[in-house]
Amino acid sequence: MPAIFLKAYDATSNEQQELFCQKLQQCCILFDFMDSVSDLKSKEIKRATLNELVEYVSTNRGVIVESAYSDIVKMISANIFRTLPPSDNPDFDPEEDEPTLEASWPHIQLVYEFFLRFLESPDFQPSIAKRYIDQKFVQQLLELFDSEDPRERDFLKTVLHRIYGKFLGLRAFIRKQINNIFLRFIYETEHFNGVAELLEILGSIINGFALPLKAEHKQFLMKVLIPMHTAKGLALFHAQLAYCVVQFLEKDTTLTEPVIRGLLKFWPKTCSQKEVMFLGEIEEILDVIEPTQFKKIEEPLFKQISKCVSSSHFQVAERALYFWNNEYILSLIEENIDKILPIMFGSLYKISKEHWNPTIVALVYNVLKTLMEMNGKLFDDLTSSYKAERQREKKKELEREELWKKLEELKLKKALEKQNSAYNMHSILSNTNDELKKKPATSVG
Amino acid sequence: MAGAAGPAAGSGAAGGDGDDSLYPIAVLIDELRNEDVQLRLNSIKKLSTIALALGVERTRTELLPFLTDTIYDEDEVLLALAEQLGNFTGLVGGPDFAHCLLPPLESLATVEETVVRDKAVESLRQISQEHTPVALEAHFVPLVKRLASGDWFTSRTSACGLFSVCYPRASIAVKGEIKQYFRSLCSDDTPMVRRAAASKLGEFAKVLELDSVKSEIVPLFTNLASDEQDSVRLLAVEACVSIAQLLSQEDIEALVMPTLRQAAEDKSWRVRYMVADKFSELQKAVGPKITLNDLIPAFQNLLKDCEAEVRAAAAHKVKELCENLPIEGRETIIMNQILPYIKELVSDTNQHVKSALASVIMGLATILGKENTIEHLLPLFLAQLKDECPEVRLNIISNLDCVNEVIGIRQLSQSLLPAIVELAEDAKWRVRLAIIEYMPLLAGQLGVEFFDEKLNSLCMAWLVDHVYAIREAATSNLMKLVQKFGTEWAQNTIVPKVLVMANDPNYLHRMTTLFCINALSEACGQEITTKQMLPIVLKMAGDQVANVRFNVAKSLQKIGPILDTDALQVEVKPVLQKLGQDEDMDVKYFAQEAISVLALA
Repeated sequence: MPAIFLKAYDATSNEQQELFCQKLQQCCILFDFMDSVSDLKSKEIKRATLNELVEYVSTNRGVIVESAYSDIVKMISANIFRTLPPSDNPDFDPEEDEPTLEASWPHIQLVYEFFLRFLESPDFQPSIAKRYIDQKFVQQLLELFDSEDPRERDFLKTVLHRIYGKFLGLRAFIRKQINNIFLRFIYETEHFNGVAELLEILGSIINGFALPLKAEHKQFLMKVLIPMHTAKGLALFHAQLAYCVVQFLEKDTTLTEPVIRGLLKFWPKTCSQKEVMFLGEIEEILDVIEPTQFKKIEEPLFKQISKCVSSSHFQVAERALYFWNNEYILSLIEENIDKILPIMFGSLYKISKEHWNPTIVALVYNVLKTLMEMNGKLFDDLTSSYKAERQREKKKELEREELWKKLEELKLKKALEKQNSAYNMHSILSNTNDELKKKPATSVG
Repeated sequence: MAGAAGPAAGSGAAGGDGDDSLYPIAVLIDELRNEDVQLRLNSIKKLSTIALALGVERTRTELLPFLTDTIYDEDEVLLALAEQLGNFTGLVGGPDFAHCLLPPLESLATVEETVVRDKAVESLRQISQEHTPVALEAHFVPLVKRLASGDWFTSRTSACGLFSVCYPRASIAVKGEIKQYFRSLCSDDTPMVRRAAASKLGEFAKVLELDSVKSEIVPLFTNLASDEQDSVRLLAVEACVSIAQLLSQEDIEALVMPTLRQAAEDKSWRVRYMVADKFSELQKAVGPKITLNDLIPAFQNLLKDCEAEVRAAAAHKVKELCENLPIEGRETIIMNQILPYIKELVSDTNQHVKSALASVIMGLATILGKENTIEHLLPLFLAQLKDECPEVRLNIISNLDCVNEVIGIRQLSQSLLPAIVELAEDAKWRVRLAIIEYMPLLAGQLGVEFFDEKLNSLCMAWLVDHVYAIREAATSNLMKLVQKFGTEWAQNTIVPKVLVMANDPNYLHRMTTLFCINALSEACGQEITTKQMLPIVLKMAGDQVANVRFNVAKSLQKIGPILDTDALQVEVKPVLQKLGQDEDMDVKYFAQEAISVLALA
């Protein structure tokens, strides 16, 4: 790779332009960075050239002329679009393991840098660029978000954000493709490194949605973002996800009920760490909830919260009990104390006597006290009927068992009848001709 | 509610006699609606019991509509429901009414969760077979069409799995429609749907008429194989196997091979990996001639692919590929076209590649015969036995039997020994564990003399390893060795060494003696057990560590049945009785257990 210098300021603008394009073409040559000793000199020349290109587009005005777009996009594509290699560590756990860093970063970083300067240049014209930065380009760009290298994903995030901002014609397409990536992540592979970055972009996209929300956007919330809470690696992107959800609710409060019901449907059964995250998200939602919406979901929601406060995992119980430190939530509870107290009472009463962790017991006493102050009469009634209530539950349980026992007996009896009739049929058959033999065979089976 | 209705149901059951109208549906439905998910799940899992109680007619008119209406539930419950409904035909009145089951299953086939949807599709496929051709066209095919044109991708994905079950029994006109729907799903806008269609392409091709395969399936296949998403393209490779099986040699050459060649050189490693992974199936599907002309060169490229993942997948297939070559000319092809590439892989930079190769390379010995093995393969085996990666060495050692049949293990024993010794002392206990497991096999192949001379000391050293799992494996290894070499060998070489450990200052080693006795007594028989082992066990009953003492009780329980009554009564009984009075709770417990099991009370 020969070195050509772009700093020929004395050259005429035409010559300079030509040199610029030559340099771009020169930078389309790719090097093998897995082999750290080969082509050292050429690698260094390319690095210097890329630096020069970055410098050139960011310090000069009027250099991004129409004829350069094709070469610019070609150079970017040639360098960054590649099939991402298989992960070095097949059981890569983003929470535990160090990511494998992109070997060709010394070059790719500069290409991204150049790409950003290009997009952000005052000379940049989307109307020309859209001929090159099209759906196919964006599609390939989105696939790169799976890169294991956080530095690359960070660049991609800014790049995609700029593209979304400047290319109105690509917006719907970008949203749809992100949609597909997420669905694949949730239902097929459970693996995609760039979920947090994509959600971060979406957070600001949602922020800009016009009202009333389109059906497409609501569908995205309910069918993609909510199911995303089931992902194994939720911890890696929960903050961004919760932000997106709350953004939606701030836009349109009528979504509160379906969102909370959705979260309750996917409530973690065994993973306490995730349960704490869910509780955090619920609190964020409650912070912005309208009192009328609250009434719609208070019952199922507080049934879940009641289960959480009695969790034997103290962090879950503690997180749920912290709701009572939130002034706004407290005011909502107070307004609806007649509904909420009966739901919560049983669990709170039980934990105050049984929980192993003294901190939880202390917290529960405080909560009970707060609730008592809200409606002393109801509190006393519940206290006195507590035992009777438990006994009624036990009785109900026994009746259920009884019912199922009877059902099982009935099933056995029917099976027996069927067997007998099959047996009878069989004994009849053995005495009759072949033709008859064929028929019952199907009805017996 | 259930509380109020419960007793009524109970008395009804007592009085009635298998009457269909016995249970008010409300009670049963209450169970299916129970607030507790676990209880709801239990009820759904016994849905057949409920249906039985209701009888066929009310199951059709009341239960199924209820189930169809209340599809919104936890996925866990839905999964159970989808599964139940697949076996429900009898409970709704037999094949004539099978179509009643379609509405709830149709809803289930559209839910988000893949597991539920897949189960619903599975059940639908099952039920489709119970439809008469008329019912199939009247009820089932319309359902498939509705799913195939659903708004959300889930229903279209589910539809993909249903075409192949209704096509064979449909009329010609309907067949045309079915193909049309399938075609449009193959070029669906959503990659999820295209993936579903691609994964069902092979299955669908199998039920089509040959002409349709050529004129309609092949173009779909070609399109999917050049999809913009590699996740779609790689599924086409699988379909390739099924399609090639249906076509003649000329047709494969003209219609399938261009696409397959392209897949083997795809720019995405995932697609190339898939070709490598499916190589044996592909080889069988395209036949020997195309294999020689096309697949072998493709395979060579895969063996030197730039991604280790692909090389490893190809390396795994080396043996199968060679085995499946036509016998005539096989040796020449392997020697000239495969072996040179294999030689490269032995010194690959990636350990997964080397270990994949090591797991199959020994299999080539039987194919290539004695002379070639000695001249060409042996150096490779030896190189791999010295590989820096323990997994590679282990894979070679674990496949020694293949070579033993061809050239005998002696050829290797010089190199084998250092390799085994090194693995036996590897810092990772899992490696040590793995090599122990091959010991009995090695012992059998190397013979008793070699074993005594070189390996016996290793086997004894493992008994005092600092990891319990190793000591445990070493114990059962000894038992297997005794089974192989006989009791006399045991008495001379193993038993004395084991028994010496009974006086070891480390109580863990003393316990190992007991564990060895447990394992060896049966193989060694009554005489050795009574004369040599029993005295040691009894002596250890006075050990100061309680763990040793209760293991004495456990050992006595174990070897008791081998001893004669005399020894039991005179020697074992008093010791157990004494242990039964031990101050330690566990010792007492196990001593008493032994007394009762051996009937010494």
